[in-house]
Amino acid sequence: MLKVEEQTPVVFSSELLAKFDDVKSRYPEGKHKSALLPLLHLVQAEYLWVSTHAMDRVAEYLNIQPIEVYEVATFYTMYFLKPQGKYALEVCRTGPCCLVGAEKILDHLESKLGVKEGEVTADGLFSFRGVECLAACGFGPVLQISPDYTFYENLTTESVDKLIEDLKNK
Amino acid sequence: MSRKLLLEHINVPGINTLDVYRQKGGYRAVEKALKTLTPEEIVEEVKKSGLRGRGGAGFPTGMKWSFLAKPEGVARYLVCNADESEPGTFKDRYLMTYIPHALIEGMIVSSFALGAKVSYIYVRGEMMPQIRILEKAIAEAKAAGWLGKNILGTGYDLELYVQPGGGAYICGEETALLESLEGKRGNPRIKPPFPAIAGLYGCPTVVNNVESIAAVVPIINDGGEEYAKIGIGRSTGTKLISASGNLVKPGVYEIELGLPVEEFIYSDEYCGGIANGKRLKATVAGGSSVPVLPANLTLKLANGEPRLMSYESLSEGGFATGTMMGSGGFIAFDEDQCIVRNTWNFSRFYHHESCGQCSPCREGTGWMEKVLHKIEHGHGSMEDVDLLWDIQRKIEGNTICPLGDAAAWPVASAIRHFRDEFEWHIKEPVKSQQQNYGLAYYANPIEKAPVTEEK
Ligand SMILES: Cc1cc2nc3c(=O)[nH]c(=O)nc-3n(C[C@H](O)[C@H](O)[C@H](O)COP(=O)(O)O)c2cc1C
Ligand code: SF4
Ligand code: FES
Repeated sequence: MLKVEEQTPVVFSSELLAKFDDVKSRYPEGKHKSALLPLLHLVQAEYLWVSTHAMDRVAEYLNIQPIEVYEVATFYTMYFLKPQGKYALEVCRTGPCCLVGAEKILDHLESKLGVKEGEVTADGLFSFRGVECLAACGFGPVLQISPDYTFYENLTTESVDKLIEDLKNK
Repeated sequence: MSRKLLLEHINVPGINTLDVYRQKGGYRAVEKALKTLTPEEIVEEVKKSGLRGRGGAGFPTGMKWSFLAKPEGVARYLVCNADESEPGTFKDRYLMTYIPHALIEGMIVSSFALGAKVSYIYVRGEMMPQIRILEKAIAEAKAAGWLGKNILGTGYDLELYVQPGGGAYICGEETALLESLEGKRGNPRIKPPFPAIAGLYGCPTVVNNVESIAAVVPIINDGGEEYAKIGIGRSTGTKLISASGNLVKPGVYEIELGLPVEEFIYSDEYCGGIANGKRLKATVAGGSSVPVLPANLTLKLANGEPRLMSYESLSEGGFATGTMMGSGGFIAFDEDQCIVRNTWNFSRFYHHESCGQCSPCREGTGWMEKVLHKIEHGHGSMEDVDLLWDIQRKIEGNTICPLGDAAAWPVASAIRHFRDEFEWHIKEPVKSQQQNYGLAYYANPIEKAPVTEEK
């Protein structure tokens, strides 16, 4: 799952480190490991994925073992361990959304983007995947777009087409 | 119209801001609690209210609070569970999106009652927009002196932080949540010790759902006895119901507990009936983990009396003919939906979300997913139905946390009530790939549009 690939070394900017410091201040003395999940989100928001290099730097920052970061990054589904499209589309594929057409939306994305789930389009703009219930079941089908997790509800194939065109033209 | 305690002002423009929230009476509960009540008196009011945890288990909140250990010189924590990931449930996200201050006000009052000086709201990571909303609201509250040092000059200090999760349903389980908040994998802990004794950082901790915490506000404003007058029996107060599936008006509704299920589904005040003029086939009344019921048992108890939206009435008849209130995620299936397909989907979900610590859950959920996939796609055999029954029985009760049960119950109830639909998939491998099984007898007594009397 976690493969050490050829990766460019990572140096965190001072702005990012200032954000790290702010997060770290939320926990009692000695409990700074609690900052790990929020820090990984900050890293992902900056680089669009979480490389092993970045994880090692996070481990150094928190003064914990790299394995403590890897085991967390691989447990949770939100951390991308390989690069994604600039817009990573995540469609809910759980029961209630399927009652109102989520599977059709996933099929449509596959043919529209011409890539399979988890792959990135040739222009680097898009990737997509099915995710589990996003707590918006009454407004399904739904999708979110990382890294800032903008949310779209009551999807139709037409609204998905429009969304993709809008993102292309952004 | 029924009484609204949580969503009364949901449509007021700007209610997400501190100013408008204040104009509508917001933060009165903080003033009353900090200035006129002792922590013990607040716990007493919550006990009197009869409030039961809204996160799924329905444990009385006041009682949970009174179990909190209070050793000298040891910090105590309140952690709000905003991990909301149970399929069919979306009320907490709704509340946090539109009335974030209701949660913050509840957190201040509850933290004061429990003697917590630092509290966390653990929000599932996918809810980044809601995290931003909460952080903005906390900053507003802090600037206005409702948080921070010496709140309202009472000497009480409280810091409130939002913690994002990383994407894992299991982190809704309270001990997995605490592990996650400590920066670890979300593996549930073996209980005891319970969080009330050793929770966050090994300190006494209370974990409560978003809606439970928000409900403390009206309880303090109006008094526990007033709150307890709403509802029926031991199901007091109002409850947010997330309605999804094939309904005319899916969405979040605040109901007075005790509302007839039929009225909830068909009246225009709530869901407005089944979408596209179709008929109801089945429901999952309390989020994906609770047993699925055919339409007839959804609307009526086995003895023919109307079923009500209350903890007791929904579970009336046990698992033979009843279900559970759970988290209040009400999913409606119309006549064209396939129970086998949905059960397979749910099993896939639980397999995906199993943390992997216990073999019955880790392996069993995978087996159930595979067998259900086989049946749904026309490759099943009759023994597979018995195999499924056998697997779910071996999971239930044999795991560290209730996710195992939650994975077993949907499968058990689907076989219990819809066995002929499973068998039809097996006997008709070709036809079942082209059409649906339909309603069958269990929904027959239900007319196209039952007439309900307006209250
Ligand atoms: C697998 C699993 C997932 C859960 N998910 C949630 C959740 O998302 N939100 C929640 O409030 N409670 C959830 N719970 C219940 C919590 O463990 C806990 O009972 C609850 O947060 C207590 O708060 P309450 O008493 O206010 O309901 C979950 C339980 C299990 C076993
Ligand atoms: S029951 Fe499942 S989710 Fe819960 S601790 Fe065991 S393996 Fe993990
Ligand atoms: S099932 Fe899709 S948001 Fe809940």
